Amino acid sequence: MFNKQYEAMEVKKLKELQLERLKWSLKHAYNNVPYYRQSFDKAKFNPDKFSSLDDLKHVPFLMKQAMRDSYPFGLFAVPMEKVIRIHSSSGTTGNATVVGYTKNDIEVWAEVMARTIAAAGGTEKDIVQVAYGYGLFTGGLGVHYGAEKLGATVIPISGGNTERQLMLIKDFGTTILACTPSYAINMADFVEKKMPDYDFKKTKLKAGIFGAEPWTESMRKEIETRMGIDAYDIYGLSEVIGPGVSCECSQKSGLHVFEDHFYVEVIDPETGEVLPEGEKGEIVYTSLTKEACPVIRYRSRDITRIYRDSCKCGRTLIKMEKVTGRSDDMLIIRGVNVFPMQIEAVLMEIEGTEPHYQIIVDRKGALDDVEIMVEVNERIFTDELGALKGLAERIEQRIRSALGISAKITLVEPSTLQRSEGKAKRVIDKRQL
Amino acid sequence: MNVTQLSLFLENKPGHLQNALKVLAEEGINIMTLTIAEVADFGIVRMIVNKPQKALEVLRQNKFVCSPTDVLAIELDDKPGSLLKALQTFSKRNLNIEYMYAFTEKRGDRAVMIFKFADIEAAKKALLEEGFNVVKKIDLIGE
Repeated sequence: MFNKQYEAMEVKKLKELQLERLKWSLKHAYNNVPYYRQSFDKAKFNPDKFSSLDDLKHVPFLMKQAMRDSYPFGLFAVPMEKVIRIHSSSGTTGNATVVGYTKNDIEVWAEVMARTIAAAGGTEKDIVQVAYGYGLFTGGLGVHYGAEKLGATVIPISGGNTERQLMLIKDFGTTILACTPSYAINMADFVEKKMPDYDFKKTKLKAGIFGAEPWTESMRKEIETRMGIDAYDIYGLSEVIGPGVSCECSQKSGLHVFEDHFYVEVIDPETGEVLPEGEKGEIVYTSLTKEACPVIRYRSRDITRIYRDSCKCGRTLIKMEKVTGRSDDMLIIRGVNVFPMQIEAVLMEIEGTEPHYQIIVDRKGALDDVEIMVEVNERIFTDELGALKGLAERIEQRIRSALGISAKITLVEPSTLQRSEGKAKRVIDKRQL
Repeated sequence: MNVTQLSLFLENKPGHLQNALKVLAEEGINIMTLTIAEVADFGIVRMIVNKPQKALEVLRQNKFVCSPTDVLAIELDDKPGSLLKALQTFSKRNLNIEYMYAFTEKRGDRAVMIFKFADIEAAKKALLEEGFNVVKKIDLIGE
């Protein structure tokens, strides 16, 4: 355990600590961010009178839309000279969610990520290969700083170039691999097809910390068998801090939330009511120590349940189940957040296309496969085959540049796509997560 | 003089062509010739029918995407080398054929080919100057 004092703190003491920190966080947000001031005032919530964790239910939620509307720095609670790092979620410029970090925020982030790697068995003796993307995405640098904080050796290879990844695992003696679970399977596929002499079992690789997209127990088994490692789920979201919000321990049953920095509640996504521990609903986050971008009751849209058990690993931290669903229509495709509305916006830009479309997401091998069916109408139809193919290609390119995902565009006859009463069925997700 | 061809969008899947043809059959529309250009997912059915306006109407009513396109029907001698000779003329006149197909019925002892040119009027003028017999719509579909 990287930080026993906090990770194994007596629950009563932990709650006292949370209350103290929460009081600070609420005042910090209220005093420094006009958005919070307005929203708290409107709800007649006075942070000075906040006296018990239970009072938090009177505080208004922070929706993702509010974060987007505050683009780029509207929710920052410190002057820019205190901000030492910016990260941003994927999405087109107008939709991106931008987050900032002070020196202390980066320190906290490194701390929770060091704990995360340690929970997967990592120590200063380990060599951590960071195959998450480096850049605005929080994955790469998040794991990087955590591994350094732990004292491990970092290989900052970033994502892609599978052959090189495999070579370095072998040559540098990588012991822990950090990437998305689908990329891990992709690596195993690559070895199977193109490198018959490569044997994971002859490398020093022992564990993987996988996150940034939902994955299943069967994927875990597959990765563990094919790579001969222990596969751990890690969870985070850039709005809250990035990876390092919660992680699995040696027990691989539920993810411990780093409660000394993040307060969690589970609510009924319809009514907003806080649900008792153990009930399934939408998980809501409140930062307790974040300076640059405090989040107060941020609605993640992730569906899970939280519970306390006496975990054999010794951590007293509350657990959340692996996230398997969303309370909105957001899709996570190869680690990229995609809203059907974004696809619709791209289609609307292309002259003549009507927003009659359907998105089909499937998993082909290890990777998410996206097909977008677009209905052809008289305005876009042409007698020339080449022009129609060109149209499909143009849509593909626009989707790639605007959303960062590659999708196959299939032109279909009008009225072939299901139109139910009211809400159109825009998404068919066949991935069975 | 231009002949009206109907171009129809269809998915490249079993049963789809049949659905369209059923609509035409029920209206008593006769298909005089038909050709399909396709890629993996979809195709364009190009056809010449005896009642193009009616066909367009009923196909659209049945939610098919369909559009009229003007093409030229050109009479050629039905003997070796006559198509070649026609093509040589087109290239001499710098007329690009977007696509072409054969008409199923002969006119007397002569064959009829359907040509789609980028600039139909320029093509028509050139062909008439070169002495080709461009078949009139009325002679072809009897409307």
